[in-house]
Amino acid sequence: MNEVILRPKGSIDIMVEAEVINPDIFAGKTNGEIEQLIVWQGSKQLPLSEFFDVDGSAGAAADTKIIIEGDVPRVKHIGHGMKAGEIVVDGSAGMHVGSEMIGGNILVKGNAGSWAGMEMKGGTLHITGNTGDHVGCAYRGSWRGMNGGKIIIDGSAKSQLGGGMSGGEIHVGGNVENFAGIRMNSGLIVVKGDAIRGVGAQMGGGTFVVYGKLKQFSPGFEYAGTEKNPKVGETVLTGEFSKFTGDFAISKNPKGILFASKEEV
Amino acid sequence: MPGTMVIRNGFVFDPLNEIDGEIKDIFIKDGKIVEDLKGGDLRDAKVIDAKGRTVMPGGVDSHSHVAGAKVNGGRMMCPEDRYKWVTKKTDLTHSGSGNTVPSVYIQGYDYAKMGYTTVFEAAMPPMEARHTHEEMRNTPILDMGGYLVLGNNWFIMRYLKEGNIEKAAAYTAWMMRTHKAYGIKCVNPAGVENWGWGKNVSSLDEPNIHFGITPREVIHGLAEINEMLGMPMSLHLHANNLGHPGCWETTQDSLEVTHGVKVKCNMDVEWQKTKIDPQRNQSVYLAHAQFNSFGGTSWGDFESGAKGIVDYVNNTDHVVIDNGAVPFGPATVMTGDGPAIHHLYKLTGNKWSNKDIELECGSGILSFNYLKANPVHSVEWAIGLELLLLVNDPWKTILTTDHPNGGPFTKYPQLITWIMSKKARDATFAECHKWAQDRSSLGGCDREMTLYDIAILTRANPARTVGIAHRKGHLGAGADGDVTIYDFDPTKLEVNDYTKIIRGFQNAAYTIKDGEVVAQDGQVKSVPHGRTFFSEAHMDEGIEKEMLKDVKEWFKYYTLGFANYPVPDKYIRNPSPVQVNKPIEAIVGR
Repeated sequence: MNEVILRPKGSIDIMVEAEVINPDIFAGKTNGEIEQLIVWQGSKQLPLSEFFDVDGSAGAAADTKIIIEGDVPRVKHIGHGMKAGEIVVDGSAGMHVGSEMIGGNILVKGNAGSWAGMEMKGGTLHITGNTGDHVGCAYRGSWRGMNGGKIIIDGSAKSQLGGGMSGGEIHVGGNVENFAGIRMNSGLIVVKGDAIRGVGAQMGGGTFVVYGKLKQFSPGFEYAGTEKNPKVGETVLTGEFSKFTGDFAISKNPKGILFASKEEV
Repeated sequence: MPGTMVIRNGFVFDPLNEIDGEIKDIFIKDGKIVEDLKGGDLRDAKVIDAKGRTVMPGGVDSHSHVAGAKVNGGRMMCPEDRYKWVTKKTDLTHSGSGNTVPSVYIQGYDYAKMGYTTVFEAAMPPMEARHTHEEMRNTPILDMGGYLVLGNNWFIMRYLKEGNIEKAAAYTAWMMRTHKAYGIKCVNPAGVENWGWGKNVSSLDEPNIHFGITPREVIHGLAEINEMLGMPMSLHLHANNLGHPGCWETTQDSLEVTHGVKVKCNMDVEWQKTKIDPQRNQSVYLAHAQFNSFGGTSWGDFESGAKGIVDYVNNTDHVVIDNGAVPFGPATVMTGDGPAIHHLYKLTGNKWSNKDIELECGSGILSFNYLKANPVHSVEWAIGLELLLLVNDPWKTILTTDHPNGGPFTKYPQLITWIMSKKARDATFAECHKWAQDRSSLGGCDREMTLYDIAILTRANPARTVGIAHRKGHLGAGADGDVTIYDFDPTKLEVNDYTKIIRGFQNAAYTIKDGEVVAQDGQVKSVPHGRTFFSEAHMDEGIEKEMLKDVKEWFKYYTLGFANYPVPDKYIRNPSPVQVNKPIEAIVGR
């Protein structure tokens, strides 16, 4: 595995659009070539070396690991559309980390901004801290969100998690806010903590699991019995759950399933 | 010398002059086509070698939604149509974005790259005329014009119901001048007015609410007004019942309404002596016929109704249609036909918006995606092609996608392959739902159009149909120096190599406008400001005065003042008015 280390050179004012931080783009490039990759900052185009000290050179994409040593909350689009290889952010990442990602692994050892894993198609995105809004979601205006891959958030996420999701999995260790799984069609979202409201609103398919409290239950769901340790694909849910189907607000025959932990309903 | 050039040795396709692939030189002087260049002109002219290439007049799109409130509504509603389609600025060109509804700059560049130089906005509501002109003015390169939506206008309906066609004509003429509009558009006549009450009309003889006028009366009235004034374009009709199974019958009956309306262009322009008469002979130009050619009685027994329309068009000589094809993929449907879009919303649940243009018209917008796996969409694809391939005389058809309703105009090259190659159609049949094969007659059609036919469908006929062939759509002396050179040799063209055809039509080798190269091999080379065409129509001054009294009286119901109604001159960068029905003595005081 070839390692390329990026060391942030101090604080960034206007956010940097760095979709070039991607093993596919680094692939086969020397240290000097990586330094010269162009990023946008506002209306300016600047070399990557303006913001990072670059150590090492890349091999094939699948054999390249990019390590960002430090917090980069103002660097956007890290690993955008990446197909292979690995990225580790040793700190917090900016918006759009792993957006439209197709394969490979991203690990963020900290928080991530909004839009992490937006419209993701494959690979794994693991965030050990908290995230903002729209994680694994469709972009504004679209109803086609994440359709493959896996997002793991150890902390909490905000609103619109997995909006328009049509495949893949999202696991949240903490809480979510509003409208998680809105307009979801397929796939699985598991939330270990609580949700505020609008869970699964307009969902036509897929499975949403909440272990904690659902503060305001979505009105378009019907009770469909109790299940103990239900299995969703390969994932076994532990405990006793009330099962609901919905959202009848959007369809006469919706296929969405909402499991709410029996203890908390 | 700017605007002066020679295009050497290309295979020229110029249908209005009956030139079918002859090797010829084309000469342009000061932006206009000339017979020949001599002496210093020839010495200083830019020379383009078109040997082994296809030369056509610049493309003309006679029906496209590219400017105005509704188009911009489509842009605002659909951020997902933008963020993956972003074009960076260059030293020469503006940045932009958008796939099915690109920003105005991208529209201009993309049309030019495909070899088009003239595009008409298909629906300009009077009260949104300023916005429409602002967008046309900011669209680079293209010469443009807008059709004024009048089919549900309160004054038109009132005057026609009173039987006062002269007053209605005076109103139309005044509206054309006031809004700097090019032609008359009629959308779901009498029906959009009912939409104000959540209703529609269901037949040609159903009187609408309050005005009590029927679609038949509006269509006939506007067609008569059109010829009374002698407008460049015939009445441009978006027929009633659009988008409903079985609507082809209504469409056919609507076309028949204009049968017998005597065609008369009365424009103050100099017509060149082309081999084929450059003046239109149709009394009605049916818009996006595909959406008006649905068969069956429900979505369950839905089928192509193209045959009824094709038979009518083949058996008469007063109709031109554009097909409004569906090339599959994302689209944004937008029309002045509010109830039709509401119907689509109820079917799909897709995001929808609706607008009322007080006392005038309305509109609806819906985000859409045509899927090959969808039975209805597959039949729509077939209908769009049937309408071009089964009408015998290409001078009765025009190629469009009703951009962005059937799909974006950037799909025209794909459309061209389907009408040039049966193999290309068969390849799509294999990919799409079997209804396309089972419920249309397209599968049994062997016709493969030639480059000459394509030149008719994409330049000569749209130009003639809208009455602009005195300067566009041909390469005879006196025409505008708008020329497209495509990078294929017609003598070696293999129609079944459709990837090559697509590539060729997507990026013209050269697009020349007014004798200047505007695009070359997919790169924009210069960005001149286009002209705006509009009709300065005139009627008897006395009748106009009477009419204006009524209009001013009713302006208390408008949300804007009478003085703010007209489009000011400053909204037009390069005005190119055509005098219509101009009295012998110049009209004073206007």
